[in-house]
Amino acid sequence: MAMLEVNNIGISFGGLKAVDNFSVTIEKGQLYGLIGPNGAGKTTVFNLLTGVYKPDTGHIILDGNDITGKSTIEINQAGIARTFQNIRLFKDMSVLDNVKAGLHNHHRYSTLEGIFRLPKYFKVEREMNERAMELLKVFDLDGECDYKASNLPYGKQRKLEIARALATDPKLLLLDEPAAGMNPNETAELMKTIRFVRDNFDMTILLIEHDMKLVSGICEKLTVLNFGQVLTQGETSEVLNDKRVITAYLGE
Amino acid sequence: MKKNKVLIQNSITYALVIICWILAQLLISTGHMSSLMKGLLVPLCIYVILAVSLTLTVGNLGELSLGHAGFMCVGAFSGAFFTKCMEQAIPSVPVRFLLALLVGAAVAGAFGILIGIPVLRLKGDYLAIVTLAFGEIIKNLINVMYIGKDASGFHFSIKDTMSLGMDETGVVIVKGAQGITGTPKAATFTIGIILVLITLAIVLNLINSRTGRAIMSIRDNRIAAESIGINITKYKLMAFAISAALAGIAGVLYAHNISSLAATPKSFGYNMSIMILVFVVLGGLGNIRGSMIAAVVLTMLPELLRGLNDYRMLIYAIVLIVMMIFNSSPKAIEMRAVFMEKIKKNKKTAKEAA
Amino acid sequence: MSFLSYLINGISLGSIYAIIALGYTMVYGIARMLNFAHGDVIMVGGFVIFTFVSTLGLPPILGILVAVIACTLLGVTIERIAYKPLRGTSSLAVLITAIGVSYLLQNVALLIFGSNARQFTSVVNLPGLKLAGGQLQISSVTIVTIISCIVIMLGLTTFINKTKMGQAMLAVSEDNGAATLMGIDVNKTISVTFAIGSALAAIAGALLCSTYPSLTPYTGSMPGIKAFVAAVFGGIGSIPGALIGGVLLGVIENLSKAYISSQLSDAIVFSVLIIVLLVRPTGILGKKIMEKV
Repeated sequence: MAMLEVNNIGISFGGLKAVDNFSVTIEKGQLYGLIGPNGAGKTTVFNLLTGVYKPDTGHIILDGNDITGKSTIEINQAGIARTFQNIRLFKDMSVLDNVKAGLHNHHRYSTLEGIFRLPKYFKVEREMNERAMELLKVFDLDGECDYKASNLPYGKQRKLEIARALATDPKLLLLDEPAAGMNPNETAELMKTIRFVRDNFDMTILLIEHDMKLVSGICEKLTVLNFGQVLTQGETSEVLNDKRVITAYLGE
Repeated sequence: MKKNKVLIQNSITYALVIICWILAQLLISTGHMSSLMKGLLVPLCIYVILAVSLTLTVGNLGELSLGHAGFMCVGAFSGAFFTKCMEQAIPSVPVRFLLALLVGAAVAGAFGILIGIPVLRLKGDYLAIVTLAFGEIIKNLINVMYIGKDASGFHFSIKDTMSLGMDETGVVIVKGAQGITGTPKAATFTIGIILVLITLAIVLNLINSRTGRAIMSIRDNRIAAESIGINITKYKLMAFAISAALAGIAGVLYAHNISSLAATPKSFGYNMSIMILVFVVLGGLGNIRGSMIAAVVLTMLPELLRGLNDYRMLIYAIVLIVMMIFNSSPKAIEMRAVFMEKIKKNKKTAKEAA
Repeated sequence: MSFLSYLINGISLGSIYAIIALGYTMVYGIARMLNFAHGDVIMVGGFVIFTFVSTLGLPPILGILVAVIACTLLGVTIERIAYKPLRGTSSLAVLITAIGVSYLLQNVALLIFGSNARQFTSVVNLPGLKLAGGQLQISSVTIVTIISCIVIMLGLTTFINKTKMGQAMLAVSEDNGAATLMGIDVNKTISVTFAIGSALAAIAGALLCSTYPSLTPYTGSMPGIKAFVAAVFGGIGSIPGALIGGVLLGVIENLSKAYISSQLSDAIVFSVLIIVLLVRPTGILGKKIMEKV
């Protein structure tokens, strides 16, 4: 069964159709790319999938559950986590605490247990620390766990955002331009990390990216969005050679 | 690792409070403390509790509240009301005071939730003005409230004592603008310090827990916090309510330190809320120890300047402005950095020379 | 008839709030700061007029002129010394500094004039209006206040829409950084904003003290807060909003004083504010802000 099935979702802002009739099917374990020129509506699709906007039409089905119209929080608990185009870290918190915040819903103790420092607090905190450090190690951030998040260099901040998203234990990970602002070396490293995450965390990944090297390097399938509508979708190599895609990017 | 660092920092904060207590006891027993200073000890505890509790809302939740004095007011009146009602029923002063503290905290906390539910949807300056408005409303309402008690139970009015319609056994407990008079003075400096320590423990433990991380994540980035499944409304409300409850405790302490409690603009008006906010901001946002020190210094400053009489509040105002500019202005920060660099260099060269 | 007279007095009080609220709204729109000391500038204006008119016996018009000049200078100086160094830092730091300035002004006034209330002679010495055969009396101060408010509103709207400086103000309030890139002198624009706001505060001071003729160092603080509420009420940053907010606030305050309870009038005013903000989180005429994800 497909991990994500999106049927004809659409949304308009003040009469303008930002996304129209968008459909996509992503299989479990797939690395899927969403590309298109600036302003095509890619991030809006992410916002629809994560409940930031509620779709006017259509359905979103995650792993067999209908999550259409649910809140961001419910959708995260249902299993979608995301990163943001303009990095949104908890900048005044430590790197470790950023990831521990991501563990919030999976490692629980009550506020009173926290205030009175009951045994459960110590037990769960220990588990959280271990799990968070594991995740940080994947992204080679364990050495910086005490840093304030805003003090990390740009590339590492992007990685930390992925680590935090993974901490919520999602089924589907949405990455919004993960390579933006990275140099070729960092991008190459990021590609490795994304593959590693997919393989080791059993993850399905949907990503938005402009860096064609990254897209052609790791995405198995692509959907091209133009003016809010699906231009074409299919295997990466086929899509990238499609004349219409090239026209959409470069113009007539 | 970091955990130890937090532990050490927190221990320093607790230790500071205890040292202050010991110091004060020493000064009192050796007769070196003026009666003026003695009278200031409990208020100092009250202000410290208020500063620490507001830090939770402003520093950790990142929401500007200008109504903290309102919660203190609610705590003070509910605590004093409880004490007056239970004067016969609970003869033991410590037990009654302890219960009054709990009542004050609970009622103030409940008000925090009541007010928080509608207003926490607002942001920034709008939230600030609405909390200010709530503080004023609370003060205003208490000023027209009359509550009396007689054989047949409680009587309530917003007009005057006469319209309570009590029989001859009736006692007026809350007398409108005169408030509650004759509350036994149960607050002592030691109790104040214990309450400071309890407040500190609650806030520090809360911040360094799962709940605290959720609260701070909302401050740092609301949208990201939602995206990782953190219930924004719940944690905002929780921080707001806990902060209000602790202000309520400060209020109960206040009510049991003076003989007549009235909701005057001076004691519970927006100026008081602003004063508490000044402690928090001057101490460095989110820096609990800093806000405590700011509370102590700024409360003592006008008293220490008493010799200068007419000029003391003027000096206070100037100190406030200068400190704010010195603390926050980008130019001042740059200048400080350059200065520190120079000192470092001088030390280095001095070492090398040696 | 009594209702009409309460209503007119409410509009008059509201007009004063509106004039003060303009200062808050313009400064907020352009410098993104809550100038808590604005209310105390009113008080300074009041004392200047008191000194020149009530004590030295100058004609009221001259007194108001001196007060306008003094408050303008004061406002610009405050901005230069206390607020400018903090521009670009957290709004909280500026807020606390503004509170410090407020204390400063109050205490300077306290040192010079003491804490006893001074009797202010009204700056308007005209006969009042008698309508409906003497049943409805409107004092001249009330009329002058309402007219002043209308004139100021019209003048300010024209200034903003028709002059280069006004357009610069709009640009800075829209996007400070972009305005700088377009060659607008942001510092000068902010100074002018403070100058206008403070000049209006002086006029508001004259009108306020003529309506309620007792003057203390704390006279400005509550009307200041109320005007701030009015600005938020109407939608902070909006000039017509300040007018609507101010007048509504004044009317609600006066009517509730007359018909419900004078002790509870403040509580009623603030409750209405809360209800308005809950329905329209950015005030009556405020712009809706959408956060981009």
